[in-house]
Amino acid sequence: MKKTQPDKDINSGRRRFLGTAGAAFTVASARPAWGGSTLMDAMGSFFQDHYQRMSAEEIADAIGRIERRAQRRYGVDITCKDVKPQDNVVFGYALNISKCKGYRDCVSACVRENNQDRGSQMQYIRVLEMDSGSRNLERSEHYYDPETVPVEGKYYLPVQCMQCDDPPCVKACPVNATWMEPDGVTVIDYDWCIGCRYCMTACPYWARHFNWREPEIPAEEINPDTHYLGNRPRPRGVVEKCHFCLQRTRVGRQPACQEACPTGARIFGNLLDPNSEIRRVLATKQVFRLKEDLGTEPKFWYFTD
Amino acid sequence: MLAFIRDGVGSMFRGGRGYWLWLGLLGVVIAAGALAYGIQLRGGLIVTGMSDQVSWGFYIANFAFLVGIAAAAVLLVIPAYIFHRKDIKSVVLIGEGLAVAAVLSAMLFVVVDLGRPDRALHMLPIIGSLNFPQSMLAWDVLVLSGYLALNLAIPFYVHYCHYQGREPNFAAYFPFVVLAIFWAIAIHTVTAFLFSANTARPFWNIALLGPRFIATAFVSGPALIIIVLQLIRRFTRYPVPSSVIDTLALIMTVALQISLFFVAVELFTDFYNESSHAASVRYLYFGLEGMNSLVPWVWTALAMNAVAVVILTIHPLRRQRHLLNVACVLAFFGIWIEKGMGFVIPGFIPTPLGEVFEYSPTAVELVLSAGIWAFGALVFTVLARASIAIETGAVGAARSRPGLTISG
Repeated sequence: MKKTQPDKDINSGRRRFLGTAGAAFTVASARPAWGGSTLMDAMGSFFQDHYQRMSAEEIADAIGRIERRAQRRYGVDITCKDVKPQDNVVFGYALNISKCKGYRDCVSACVRENNQDRGSQMQYIRVLEMDSGSRNLERSEHYYDPETVPVEGKYYLPVQCMQCDDPPCVKACPVNATWMEPDGVTVIDYDWCIGCRYCMTACPYWARHFNWREPEIPAEEINPDTHYLGNRPRPRGVVEKCHFCLQRTRVGRQPACQEACPTGARIFGNLLDPNSEIRRVLATKQVFRLKEDLGTEPKFWYFTD
Repeated sequence: MLAFIRDGVGSMFRGGRGYWLWLGLLGVVIAAGALAYGIQLRGGLIVTGMSDQVSWGFYIANFAFLVGIAAAAVLLVIPAYIFHRKDIKSVVLIGEGLAVAAVLSAMLFVVVDLGRPDRALHMLPIIGSLNFPQSMLAWDVLVLSGYLALNLAIPFYVHYCHYQGREPNFAAYFPFVVLAIFWAIAIHTVTAFLFSANTARPFWNIALLGPRFIATAFVSGPALIIIVLQLIRRFTRYPVPSSVIDTLALIMTVALQISLFFVAVELFTDFYNESSHAASVRYLYFGLEGMNSLVPWVWTALAMNAVAVVILTIHPLRRQRHLLNVACVLAFFGIWIEKGMGFVIPGFIPTPLGEVFEYSPTAVELVLSAGIWAFGALVFTVLARASIAIETGAVGAARSRPGLTISG
């Protein structure tokens, strides 16, 4: 996996802090593990506050724990960044279903990019094989497995988190562990989620997934370039979902699914930029949104040629 | 006050061989449940049958049912305190004990369902961050805690007065009784809203859900209370007037008639012009894509409720105590199936993306759930024990002089 440039501005201050804090932690780390982590870190995690209430210093502390935990669990040095949203950016997605051929390259790229649990085969994107002439989801095939795709008489409908502008999952969460960021992406504080799964009940797109077991990822497949609210390794017992690859998109890159798509069906960009490609699609193509009648205002559109 | 608590708690653990055998039995089931919870804590929720597709299961099913049992205590509270029915007033404290036990068990069912119980404190105000008033789950946490507090406080005060040999000051606690009445309806309405709020789940997203929940609660609650009161009459010297049971049986009759009418209304609406929103109902009653694990259960429940409603509706049948008991047992389990698994699980099948994926509880879930039910039974048993001791005057301030032994 290609490693990307870490965001220098964000990291330099944090690294200075970790330099001093890290020295203090070395003693603790050498001690016998307590529940898979040092007692210091376990206590730190237990008393860790909600992401939105933490000071920069507390977040740096939390990031230190995240990186040490990844080292202990997977033996991999990851970088966890907390790149903040950019001003005047709201992300949106448009998908050309005429071009989608059902290869599911987006699915596998997403799994690798976002460090999803291989044990339970968690996937943020589900590509539905649909009968031509129908958009009835209940007649969709979720586990299609023919020799070759596309299959005659079928079309393919990839579904992932729609990043609703009025997200029912956010409303549902009893502890504010999930919220919409200023750039329009609904994120989860994996260290605050209590695992009640009410958000999964509330989501009309089946976009939320739960870590029923301790996530397992082969060390060599870990993506070490991670974001605090994005693809950092998750603990057991919490919910996760597509976050538009915050670790990439907040530093100006495209999401992994967009890059992986061999047919160019996926258009991702800034909805507030009138010159963006996604704005051109919305202005010139006949678009539709899935289950628009539910009023959740998805920021994910489908269109055809 | 200290003497009251000492004597009250003392009376909870005083009894004959049968009483201790019962407590011991409950203890064994609770221990088995604790063991199952240990397995779940160690392995994660993967040891349950739940999945991303069916993300709530047996625990939440029991939770929804038990909130109904808790709310049904109001059926004793209203006639006792508002209509001053002497006979019902004599058992209302036992009903409130049942509410406490049911709320505690319901809350436990939510706690064991959490993926991160270690973070349960995140729900507390100030330390945590409760998403109130947005989240219906936050509402549920608040109303259940409040209901628990009310049902602890009112009986505590009344018992304390009786313990001291004086009548409680009605004006002092009446406002709280009124509050508790509305609160009882609120806990079950909020629990219904928890489900019906989800536009993602057409099976739950219906306005009838609140009324249906209340109606079924007023079946399963009285059914349980009628059985429990008869057990108390048999195993203790506490007098339970037959008129109480007659009143409860009548309420239960009407509630079950209404509940079955609601079922019919839903079936008509779903199947007359069958839309894709009826898929869950079809799954429940007939199965979908060859998957039909709930079908035998829901038809059994329907049959049980149908037999119960016949017994209850025909007066000569209902007036025979053993037939009434049969109806109570049938309706209790009928509603348990219908409002538990038969209500929670189909909400997830098919998934919002149309996938049909089934769920069945694992042994861990069943044993752990049995443990919670046993815990509820234990809480009720000791509360009722203390209540009876105080109400019959076996325990009281006048009696708690040294040297006096109390039998019972």
